[in-house]
This record gives sequence, C-alpha cells and structure tokens, in this order.
Amino acid sequence: MATTADTFQAHAEPHDHDHDHDHKPAFFARWFMSTNHKDIGTMYLIFAIFAGVIGGAISGIMRLELAEPGIQYLQWWANFLGGKEATFDEALHLWNVLITAHGLIMVFFLVMPAVIGGFGNWFVPLMIGAPDMAFPRMNNISFWLTVAGFISLMASSLVPGGTGQGAGVGWTVYAPLSTYGSQGPAMDFAIFSLHLAGAGSILGAINFITTIFNMRAPGMTLHKMPLFVWSVLVTAFLLLLALPVLAAAITMLLTDRNFGTTFFDPAGGGDPVLYQHLFWFFGHPEVYIMILPAFGIISQIIATFSKKPVFGYLGMAYAMVAIGVVGFIVWAHHMYTTGLSVDTKMYFTAATMVIAVPTGVKIFSWIATMWGGSLEFKSPMVWAIGFIFLFTVGGVTGVVLANGGVDDNLHDTYYVVAHFHYVLSLGAVTALFAGFYYWFPKMSGRMHSEFLSHLQFWVFFVGVNLIFFPMHFLGLQGMPRRYPDYTAAYAHWNEVATFGYQIMAVSVGLFFLNVIYAFTMGRKAEGNYWGEGATTLEWTLSSPPPFHQYETLPVIEDKGHH
Amino acid sequence: MAGTKNHDYHILPTDPWPLIGAMSAVTMTSGGVVAMHPDAFGSFGPMGKYMFLLGALGLVLTFFSWFSNIVREAHAGDHTPVVQLHLRYGMILFIASEVMFFVGWFWSWFDFSLFPSQLAEVVGGQFPPKGIEAVMDPFDLPLLNTLILLCSGTTVTWAHHSLIHGDREGLKKGLWLTIALGALFSCIQAYEYAHAPFGFGGNTYSSAFYMATGFHGAHVLIGTIFLIVCLIRTYKGHFTPRQHFGFEAAAWYWHFVDVVWLFLFVVVYIWGGWGAPIH
Repeated sequence: MATTADTFQAHAEPHDHDHDHDHKPAFFARWFMSTNHKDIGTMYLIFAIFAGVIGGAISGIMRLELAEPGIQYLQWWANFLGGKEATFDEALHLWNVLITAHGLIMVFFLVMPAVIGGFGNWFVPLMIGAPDMAFPRMNNISFWLTVAGFISLMASSLVPGGTGQGAGVGWTVYAPLSTYGSQGPAMDFAIFSLHLAGAGSILGAINFITTIFNMRAPGMTLHKMPLFVWSVLVTAFLLLLALPVLAAAITMLLTDRNFGTTFFDPAGGGDPVLYQHLFWFFGHPEVYIMILPAFGIISQIIATFSKKPVFGYLGMAYAMVAIGVVGFIVWAHHMYTTGLSVDTKMYFTAATMVIAVPTGVKIFSWIATMWGGSLEFKSPMVWAIGFIFLFTVGGVTGVVLANGGVDDNLHDTYYVVAHFHYVLSLGAVTALFAGFYYWFPKMSGRMHSEFLSHLQFWVFFVGVNLIFFPMHFLGLQGMPRRYPDYTAAYAHWNEVATFGYQIMAVSVGLFFLNVIYAFTMGRKAEGNYWGEGATTLEWTLSSPPPFHQYETLPVIEDKGHH
Repeated sequence: MAGTKNHDYHILPTDPWPLIGAMSAVTMTSGGVVAMHPDAFGSFGPMGKYMFLLGALGLVLTFFSWFSNIVREAHAGDHTPVVQLHLRYGMILFIASEVMFFVGWFWSWFDFSLFPSQLAEVVGGQFPPKGIEAVMDPFDLPLLNTLILLCSGTTVTWAHHSLIHGDREGLKKGLWLTIALGALFSCIQAYEYAHAPFGFGGNTYSSAFYMATGFHGAHVLIGTIFLIVCLIRTYKGHFTPRQHFGFEAAAWYWHFVDVVWLFLFVVVYIWGGWGAPIH
C-alpha cells in the first residue's frame, strides 16, 4: 500500500467527489444498499405498515375469539396453522403465541420502526438542515437488523415452543415460563429476534444523537430545534441506555435455557423477579420510546394548524427530558404484585405520579397553543386533537394504576389492557396517522384525499373507543387479561369491543384506499402545502425533496423567538 | 443546488455490507438455535453449527470490509473535522451502551449476593452459596490480572503520546506492549477458568461469575483485535500526529474494558467471594 504518514495532509483542499449527487442509484442499489436517509425512512415506513397489518390481523383473530364466552375459533386456527388436528392444549398455547406475537410486533416492528426509523429518519435531517444522517451506512444496517429481527420472530412461529408451535410467553417474556416453561427452539428464535432488533435500535440511537448534536444548520441552536427533533433526541438516549439492559436480561434467559445457568431458576438460587426488574428497567423507558416521538409529531402539527409557535417551547422540550429521566426510576410500578415491600411500593407510586407533571405540561401547552390561534381543521390537525383527547384518557387511567394499592386489584386485568392501548394504539398510533397525513405529501409528492382522511379519523375514533373503553369496565369487574375464555358475566362488553374492532378495521381499509388515491389521482404537492403555519425547514424544500438536499446549508436567522 | 456539495459532511455511495451484515447476523443466530435444539429440526439438525459458522463468517467479512472502507475513506480525505467529530460521538455513545450492558450483569450479581436465596439448597441463604466449596483468591491471579490491565492502560497512553509527538518507534513499542499485556491477561483468565474450584452454572454464583467475567473477557479479545489492527496500520504508515481517530477509539475502548475489570475485581472477586474458603 502506497499510503504514508503524511497522506492526510494532502486533503486540506476540497475533495472532488466522483459521484453526482442528484443522480439516483439503480433500483437494487437504491433500495437494498441505501445510504440515503429518506429512502431508508421510506423502507422503515413500508416495513412498519407491513408488520402492523400482521400484528393487527392477529388482534382480529383474538377479538373474534373473545366476541362471546367459550372457545370458538381457536381450535380451528390451531388445526389450520399446525396443518394437523391440534390438541386442546395446543390450541390454548396458540392463544399465548398470538398475544406474544401481537405485542412484540406492535412494539418492536410497528411503532418503533415507524416513529423513529420512519419519521425520525425522514424529518430529523430535514428539520435541522442536514444533508443526511451522521452515519448513512450504519443507518441502513439499523433497518436491515430490524428486518432480521422480524424474520427471526416469524421463524419462531414455525417451530416447537413447548406445548405447541411458537413462543407463547407474552411480550414481556417472563421467566420461568420463558425458560423451562417453553421447551424447544421457538423461544430462542424470539430471544434472538429481540437481540437483532435491539442491536439495530442501539445503532440507530447512536446515529440520531450524533446527527442532532453535530449536524444542525448554522444558527440552529439546541433551543431553536423543532420539538420533533427534541423528542427524537430524548428517545434516542432512552434507547441507548435501556436496550443494553434488555440485551443482558434476554442473554441470561438464553443461557438459563441452554447452558445450565440459574439466573432465574429458584432451584439454583436464581430469582424470577430479577428478570422482571431487568425487563422493566428497559420496558418502562421503552413505553416512552414509543410515545415521545408521538409527542413531537403532535407539537409540530398543533403549531402548524394554529398558525402560532408552540406555547411554552422550552417547557415542552424540557418536559420531554424530564419524562425521559424520570422514566428510568419508575420501573417497578409494573411489578406491584410480585411481593415488593410496602415502602418500595410507596416510592414507586410517588415517582410514577411525578411523571404526570411534565405530561400535564405537554397536554396543557398543546391546548394553550390552540387557544387564540387561527385554527384550521385539516386532517393532521383533526388526528392530533384526537390524540390529545385519547392520550389524556390513557394518562388518567395511568395515574389510577400508579397507586400500588389500587393496582393490587387491577393488575393483569383488562383495566391495564385498556390503559396501555389508550396511550399506545389510541395514542402512538393516532399520532402515526397524524404524522402520516401531515408529511405524506412531502414524502411522496402527491396529495392525499382530505375527505378520506377525515372520514378515516371518525371511523377510527369510533372504532377504537368501542374496542377499548369497555375494557375499563371489564377490568373493574375483574376480567383477567391473556385468556381466550371468560364467564358469561363479561359477555356484553366483549361483544361491544369486537364490534368496535370491525369498525376500526374499516378505517384501516380507508387508509389504504387513501394511499392508493394519492398515488393514482392525487394532485402534485407543492413545497409547502400547509401554508403559513408550517415554518420548519422541511417546508422550504420541494415535495418530494431532492435526493440530496441542502447541498448548501441553510442559515437560521436569529429572530429573537422560537 | 444540484450536484455540487458545499458542506463538509460525508455523503456516502451505496453499499452492500449493511444488508450482508444483517442477514449474516440472523443466519448466525438461527444456526445457533438449530445447534442448541438439533432434535427439533430432524435431518437439518446437524447443520446448525455450520449455519452458525457461515453467519459468523459473513459477519467477520462485513466487519473487515466495513472498517477497511472507513480507513480508505479517511485516506481519501472524507473525514473532515466535523466527520471526525461524528466518529468521536459515535464511539463514546457506543461505549455508553456497553456500560449499560454490564449494568445488567452487575445487577444480577448484587441481587444474588445481597439477597441470597433461603430456599435453594445449593445456596442456603449465604453468598457465596453453600454449593461453592471454594472461591479463587482475589489477591492471587486476579490481582496480577488487575496489575496487567492497569499497566496496559499506561502502555497504550505511552503509544498515544509517542504518536502525538511523531515518535513512530515509541508508538510501535507501546502498542506491542499493550497487545502483549492484553494477550497475557486473556491467557491468565483462560488458565483461571480451567483451574477454577467451581464449574459453570448450577447456582447463582457460578452463573453470574462466568457470564460477567466471560463477557468482560470477550471485550478484552475485541479490544486486543482492535489494537492489533492499529499496530498493523502503524506499520503501513497510517496515523498522523493530527489525525488518528482509529487509534484513539481503540484506546478509549481499552480503557473502558480496564474500568469494567476494576469493578469486577472489587465487586466479584474481593467482595463477592468474601468469607468463603479460598482455593
């Protein structure tokens, strides 16, 4: 090799690159070897929608089964999926596999890839005035590791997992059900799925933090960053610090299962509750990982359609920082019924309640942003207002559940299911649709139908509330979660919930119809199709933006306000 | 705007290695699953270990090509000051995530040592558990290993200072010494495992002991390889007194491995074995 020690000095003058920046690579290279944040973001979004349809279809199977007391279709599904006459125990195991797959897919392969990988990749560089991410190549392996994790999870459903095929342990993968309770390779495939997806997310987190700290356009100080960028920054720190602890915990599961360690095996002095501590030390930050980017999206939309800067910008930014920090010290409120001492429960009750303060700051600041604003009810705004309402319902039940004493009664009932679906599927997913309609024309260059998006909102809103609001009643009546059958006393509200699912399914159909409409009949989108309220940097670009944007960096003027 | 780049960021051409790396990773893990449950896969069962090795080979190739590309780009002048800053942030954040990985293992150690199980016969409410007849003397080989790693921390700093002052011979000597000390550490660790008075698994002590020190050992090996790469690059004439981030990253990583060991030495070897008979 001819390189010498003084090679570096030769490059003080600008280096002439031999590739043309506006030239898009050919199909295979562009989509399988990408180093472009917008293309990678698009792949994340398509992947998330694909995984979300599978995860949503699984919940459809579950809702149909739960429509009335008794076992209806589960036996048929077990026969069908197993390709042979299944025993009743195998059918019941299938139920556990369904709840596991639904949870893992929705958390790791729908919400995270969509909000962070999809919208984060697309709009963090655009909003801070950067030409791409800091590590474009690592960005791509983050995506493909997510796909690899999904492949591993799908493989787990095809192989023996103890009582039947697949990993049937719940998304929390509690030991000892996940150790000697699940013999066979399915559980190991599921564990490796989390390793792979987790590695991808850690690399993604490193990428986002570096990009946001180092690639802001001249003049864009941290305190001038759009709130969506703030939300992704905090989220990335949570990913970076929480996921490795999960990696350690599931590695312990793996060695307990296969190599004779006894981390969670009481026979060797191990502690199953240790698994829960390690899991929830990751798991609680994880739920904020899913909701913080949603907060960011909602802040952008509310400000745009109120034609006002967001109320209390700094409070909004630091509320997210506070939620992120406090999120690391509340984990055991998921474990009130494991025999924690009363003192411990008191601490975790108090610490959890503290989270309501910065969350309240956000809710009230969104309302204050709209107050006196010049409101325009375009579809993203309608979805965003829907988010504020639905998320608040979930937040309020969260304060109820934060009480250790109350949770002794409500733990593992449908009240908890109602709570976390209000914050996630009615919160995070509503924000996903809001963000989608806000930015879809920017990403695709085609306008969607405002009529269809409004219609979808109302159908979705009615549907999801019908599914999940009755679950509060069921939980208060004592209906336990994660069972395919229940007594006749719970029949009425379960029937209502299943009816609600069918309405919600129609809204998903309307979503796809809208996408088809946009690509076939949609008008071409202008650079700033939302008008004067849309002030962040992505609106200064064409729709879609050029393959490489900001080849001359934008400069942010100091106007003395945010 | 079209086609002319007026900024110092690094815009990369398309690259096949991310896809190859990710698919190699899932091939490796899937092969591992088959190898751990050969009976569940019928005639494919015995293939598991080959599938694992194939995936591992793909990952090694990916790492090799990926880092070769980074070195090549550095020499092509793509690593402007701001891109070098990116690399620094990236490495620091990566080490931060590694620290959190070890938090998980220390957490289990503290759980087992502070709250030893009253129910399990092999533990008997004490730590180290009843089933552990003897532990290693922390002030024997573990202390020697502590001194070796601390010493290697000084030699890598020697190498760094030589590099900054343009002393290529000092750089080589410092790196050689660091690598030799790292290898010596690994050899002593292997000897210690082979002669340990307790086996792998079966109780909390030996589970957490081997997994925590084992993951540290794996990181020592990775750090040693990283330093060997730096030594090879030194002989090829890479690194200048002004720009040598590859070396700095290896040194940071080495210090991180060193600090983890200090915690292991104090928490696992000295405090964790306190009161037990010494082998």
